[in-house]
Amino acid sequence: MAEEDPAAAAAGSGSESEEGEDGERRHRQLLEAISALSGRKRRKLAERSEASGQVSEFNVTCKGAGEKLVLSELLQPIHPKSTLGSVRKELARVKRKAAVELPLSKEEAKRVVREAAYVTTSKDVGKWQQVVLQNRRAEQLVFPLRQDIATVTPLERVTSAWKARTPLEQEIFGLLHKTQQPVTDPLLTPEEMASVQAMSLEEARRRRAELQKARAVQSYYEAKARRAKRIKSKKYHRVLKKSRRRQALKEFEQLHKSDPAAALARLEELEQLRMQERMSLKHQNKGKWAKSRAIMAKYDLEARKAMQEQLARNKELMQKVRVEPPEEELCEVLEEDTTALPMPSGANPWMLGRPSGLAPEPEAQEGPRDDIVPGAVENKDKMEEEEEELSEEEALLQDFEQKRRERTGSPEGQGRDHGEELKAQSWVGWECWGLDKGRGIWGQFLADFTQLSLLSALWSDHFYPQQVGADETEIGAEQPRDSPVPPVCAEELVSAGLEPPPQAQEQLLLSEQPRRVRTMEDVENLAKDELVEEQEKLVVLRAGKQAQQQEEGRAGDRHTKKAPAKRKMISLEAVLDGKPQEMDCPSLPVVLEEEEGGIEQRGMITEAFAGDDVVADFRREKRKAEEAGKPQPVNLVLPGWGEWGGTGLKPSARKVKRFLIKPPPAPQRKDQHLPHVIMSEKRNIHAAAHQVSELPFPFERHQQFEQSMRTPVGPTWNTQRAFQKLTAPRVITRTGHIIQPISAEDVSDTAPGSEARLEGEAMPSRKAGPGKKAVSRGKAGPGKKAVSRGKAVPGQKAVSRGKAVPGAKAQPRRCRAQ
Amino acid sequence: MRVKVLSRNPDDYVRETKLDLQRVPRNYDPALHPFEVAREYVRALNATKLERVFAKPFLSSLDGHRDGVNCMAKHPKSLSTVLSGACDGEVKIWNLTKRQCIRTIQAHEGFVRGMCARFCGTSFFTVGDDKTIKQWKMESPEYGEEEEPVHTILGKTVYTGIDHHWKEPVFATCGHQVDIWDEQRTSPKCSLTWGFDSISSVKFNPIETYLLGSCASDRNIVLYDIRKSTPLKKVILNMRTNTLCWNPMEAFNFTAANEDYNLYTFDMRFLESPVMVHMDHVSAVLDVDYSPTGKEFVSASFDKSIRIFPVDKGHSREVYHTKRMQHVITVKWTSDNKYILCGSDEMNIRLWKANASEKLGVLAPREKAAMNYNQKLKEKFQFHPQIRRIAQHRHLPKSIYCQIKEQRIMREARRRKELNRRKHSKPGSVPFVPERKKHIVAVVK
Repeated sequence: MAEEDPAAAAAGSGSESEEGEDGERRHRQLLEAISALSGRKRRKLAERSEASGQVSEFNVTCKGAGEKLVLSELLQPIHPKSTLGSVRKELARVKRKAAVELPLSKEEAKRVVREAAYVTTSKDVGKWQQVVLQNRRAEQLVFPLRQDIATVTPLERVTSAWKARTPLEQEIFGLLHKTQQPVTDPLLTPEEMASVQAMSLEEARRRRAELQKARAVQSYYEAKARRAKRIKSKKYHRVLKKSRRRQALKEFEQLHKSDPAAALARLEELEQLRMQERMSLKHQNKGKWAKSRAIMAKYDLEARKAMQEQLARNKELMQKVRVEPPEEELCEVLEEDTTALPMPSGANPWMLGRPSGLAPEPEAQEGPRDDIVPGAVENKDKMEEEEEELSEEEALLQDFEQKRRERTGSPEGQGRDHGEELKAQSWVGWECWGLDKGRGIWGQFLADFTQLSLLSALWSDHFYPQQVGADETEIGAEQPRDSPVPPVCAEELVSAGLEPPPQAQEQLLLSEQPRRVRTMEDVENLAKDELVEEQEKLVVLRAGKQAQQQEEGRAGDRHTKKAPAKRKMISLEAVLDGKPQEMDCPSLPVVLEEEEGGIEQRGMITEAFAGDDVVADFRREKRKAEEAGKPQPVNLVLPGWGEWGGTGLKPSARKVKRFLIKPPPAPQRKDQHLPHVIMSEKRNIHAAAHQVSELPFPFERHQQFEQSMRTPVGPTWNTQRAFQKLTAPRVITRTGHIIQPISAEDVSDTAPGSEARLEGEAMPSRKAGPGKKAVSRGKAGPGKKAVSRGKAVPGQKAVSRGKAVPGAKAQPRRCRAQ
Repeated sequence: MRVKVLSRNPDDYVRETKLDLQRVPRNYDPALHPFEVAREYVRALNATKLERVFAKPFLSSLDGHRDGVNCMAKHPKSLSTVLSGACDGEVKIWNLTKRQCIRTIQAHEGFVRGMCARFCGTSFFTVGDDKTIKQWKMESPEYGEEEEPVHTILGKTVYTGIDHHWKEPVFATCGHQVDIWDEQRTSPKCSLTWGFDSISSVKFNPIETYLLGSCASDRNIVLYDIRKSTPLKKVILNMRTNTLCWNPMEAFNFTAANEDYNLYTFDMRFLESPVMVHMDHVSAVLDVDYSPTGKEFVSASFDKSIRIFPVDKGHSREVYHTKRMQHVITVKWTSDNKYILCGSDEMNIRLWKANASEKLGVLAPREKAAMNYNQKLKEKFQFHPQIRRIAQHRHLPKSIYCQIKEQRIMREARRRKELNRRKHSKPGSVPFVPERKKHIVAVVK
C-alpha cells in the first residue's frame, strides 16, 4: 500500500481532534493492519515527530509559524466524508487483486525448459527433411558426397602478392622490366604471349599432327631407300639409272626453257662429265668385268646383253658431241602419258574405289618423298619403270584399255564381238563395286546404271535371268555385253576437260556395274529396282538421249528412295500377326535360284524328310487343341428311364434332345488369328511355381508390375548407353575413401540451392518414379537403333511383346515355325 | 592362282577416333530378340545362384586379446586402423591391411568400458572400471618413452561409456549422469541428469553435433541438447536399450539396440512410435553401428551372430556367424562402407565383408558392368518365388535356428490368444495395437 500523503493527513486532522485519542489510536492500528497487508513496513516518515513549533500536538500543520488561528476556520462544518474512505478504497483494491502464484516446483520448471528446448531442437533438425527425402529417392548416390579435388594455386598468383622492397630486389625488378621479362601474372614474355595468341590449340594440334605425319613418312622413306640400296638386282639398278637420266634430261629441258644461261652452264658441266666418262675408258671393254663378260657371253644370254649395252654406251660416248634434239624423248614421254596417266587420274577402279577422304593422302606423301630421296623419280616415269612389277590386274587393265582404243576407232563394231576382254571388264566392274565407298562417284554410277538398263531394255529377255543369277562370274560375264565400253574412257575424257562426244555418253554406260549381290535381300532388291527402272527406261528411250542430265539427277533421289524399300521386305510381325499366305517376299529370285542349283537340293531335302510333314502336323495339333478347348455338351440322357431299355435299344430322339445340355459357346481363343502359334490358356502348374502369386509391395496395380517386368535391361535389347543407364547402381562408393557424415557443405555441393532448403524453405521435391526411367530409356542411346527402340515401347511391338509373354513371367509358349 | 578370301569393309567396324564407342554390328529390333523376359529371368536366376555361391563374407580374425573384446573405435582418418578395448583393461590398435596388432596398452584396471577417437585422429579416449578417463596419443611412443596417457581424469563414479564431439574438443561420458567435458579441464563442463540411473551408452549426433542421445538401464532413451545443456525428451521402452547409433546421413534418425531382441529406428521428432522395428535376432542386441552411407546398419547380438538390416526394412538382409564366434559385444562398420568388424567374447575381432558376395580388388570395366547388370536383374526379379528362395537362403547354426522356430511358435501363440480374446469379448474392448506401438511404454517430456 502506498504511504499516506501529507495532504490526506492534513485533511484528517480536523476530525481526529473531535474523535479524540481513542479514535486516533484505532486509526493508527488500522493503518498498521493495512500496511501489514501489503507486506511492507510502513514508512516512518509521516510518523516522525520532532519537537518543533510547526508540529502541533494534534497533528495539525500550521503553515507559517506566526500565523494566527482564525475562529472561522475552526467553525467550518464537519467533513461529511470519513478519512477512512480512501483507506477503504485501497482495501477494496487490494482485495480485488489476486495473490501472486506460487513459483513452480523445480521438476515442473525443468519440464517446461525441456519442452521448449525439444520444440526448437526438433525444428532445427527438421531442416534436413528435404535433403533426407531427396537422398532416399535419388536414383544414384555417390559417396563420399564431397569429392574434394586437390587444386594447385598457380605460381603467378603466389608471386603476385610479393613485392620488391630492398634496393637489390628493386634493381633486379627494374632490369626485368627493362628486358620485358615477365614479373607477375602471367609468366610469359610478350613474344610468348603473341605466339600463344597466334596459335590456337586447334591449330597447334593440327600442326603437331602434320609434323608427326611428316616424320613418319620420312622414316618410312628412309627405310625404303635403305632397302632399295641393298637391292642386288642389276635390272632394277639399270632401270633406276635410266630413270634418273631421264629425270635429269627433263630437268634440263625445264631449265632450258626458263633460264637459258643456267642451262648453258649446266650443259657445260654435263659436257665435262661426259668427257670424264669418256676418258675413264670404262666402256672400252677393257675392264675386268668386261673381260669376264666377254667370256661368259658365249653361254649366257644376259651377259651378252650386258656386253651389247656396254658397247652401245661406248659408241654413244665416242660419237661426236652435239646437242640432241629432245623430240624422241618427248614422244616417249607422251606415249607413256597416255598409257600410264589414266591410272592415277581416276578411271582406275582401284583409285576410284578409295574413299574420297583418303584420296589426297598419296599426293601428300609424294611431296616429302621427292625431298628426301635424292634421286626420286617422278610419278609417271616411275609408273613406267615399275611396269614389270605391275600386278596382274593392272596388266589386264592396260590390255583392256588398248582394246578400247581400238574400238573407239570403230564404234559401230562394238555390238556383238566381245572376246576374252569381257572377262576383264567384268572383273574391273566387280572391283569397282567392291571398293566403292566414295560417295561422290555413287551418283554417277547410278546414272550410268540407268543407261545400262536402258540398253538392256532391248535385250531384257536375256538380261533378266543373268542379272538375278547368284553366281558372281556369270553376272560378270554377261554384263559387259550391255556395257561394252569401259569406264576408263569417259573418265579420261572428263578429266581431260574435253566435251565428251555424243557416242562417248553411251560409252559411259560401260562404267556402270551392278551392286554386289551378297545376300538374298540384295538379290530381291535388285529385281525390284530392275523392274522400276525398266518402266522408266521405256519412257526415257522415247525421250531420247538428251535426258541424260535428268537421269543423273534422279539417280540420286532413287538412291535415297531405295533404302526404305530395301528395309521393308519381310517384317517379322507381319508374318507373325497376319496370314501366312501374305508373306511378301519377292519370289522371283528365289525361284530362279532354285531353278538353277536348287532342284537336286530340294529333291534331297524332300527325300530326307519324306515322312515328315511338319506343317500339316502342326495344323493337326492346333485343330486338336481347339477341339479340346471347346466346351462339351453334357449328356444327361438315362437310357431306360421312362421307356424301354435294353440291348439294341436307343433312347428316343426327343429324350436325347431334351437331356443333352448344350454349353454356352466358349470365348474366342487368343491364338485365333495367329496361325503359327498354339496358346494354351490353361494354368500351368509347372510355370506357376516360377510365377509371382501376389502383387509385390511397391506396386499398386498388376499392370505396373508386368510393365516393369516387360522392359528388359540387358545389353541384348538395349544400346550400350541405355544399358549403362539402366544398370547404374544405386549407391557408388569409392574404394579407400572415408565417407564422412553428411554436412551442410555437402548439401550445398551436391545441389545448388539446397542450402536454402536446409534453412527450411520449401522446395519442389524431385520427382522420381518408375516412369522416369522408362522415359529416359526411350530417349537413351544414340542413333537410329535407340529411336526404333523408343518407338517400340508404345507401339505395335510392345503389343507383340506382350503377346509373346502373357504372364508377368516366362510362360512357356508353344510356338512352331513353319 | 588367285586366292579368294573373305574380306570386310573397315568402315563397318573401325572407329573414327579412339574416343568413339566400339561399333556393335547388332540389330536391336525387339522382334529379333524374342523371349526377353524369360531370358532375363534365367540370367537373374543364375546371378542369384552365383551370388550365393560366392557369398564368403568372412575375411579374417584378429586375435591377440586376452579377454573378451568389450569396445571398439574407428580411426576417423585412417581406414586401416582400428582400436579395441578388452575386458582386462587392455587396449590394442590394429592394422587391418596387415591384420596385425601394432600397439598394445594396458589402459585400465578392470574393463575398458568405452573408447572413442578424437575427430582429428591424433588421440583417443578410454574409460574404464577404475573410474578414470584417459587420453592417449594415437602414435606409439618413441623408443625409450613410456606408454603413458596424455591426460588422466579421476572421476568419482564409474564411467560406462564415452563419445567425442564430431567437431569440437568436447567429449561426453556416461555413468550415473551424462557429463560433458572440455578437453582442457579436469571437471565436467556440465552434468545432465534426469532421474537417477546408470546410463549405459552415450552418442553424439554426427550431423547436428550438439545433439546427444543416451540410453539408461531404467529402460529409457534420453536425448540432450548440449547448447542449452538440457535433456530434451525421454522415451521409455518395454526393455532396456543397450546402445544407440545415429544415422550419419539422416540427422534425426537413430537406431536403438534393445534387450528384447529387436532394434528400433526412431525419428527424434516423433518419439511416440518408432519408424521401424527390426526383428530377427533371437537374443539381446548388444551393439549397433550404421554404415557410412546411412542405408544400412549392422547389429551384434548375444545370440552369437551379427545381422545387417536395411534401414527401411523390418528384417535383416544378411546374417553372419561362425562356429567359434561367441556372444558378439561390439560391432563397427568401416568408414569406406566395405567391411564390418565385430568383437566378441572369445577374444577375437573378426573382419567381414559388408557385401557377402562382393569381389574384392580392382574390377575390370566389363566385370563391373556385369556386376551391375546382375545386381539389377536380381533386383528386378526379386519377387519371383524361386529367385527369392535362393536369395534368402542362409545357413544358421542349430541353436539360432531352433530359437527362431521357438519364437515363431511363441509369437503365433500370442497372436492366437489375442485373437481369441478379441473374439470372445465385447467388440472394441480389445483394440488392435500395431507392432510399432507395442514396445513403447511412455514418452516423457
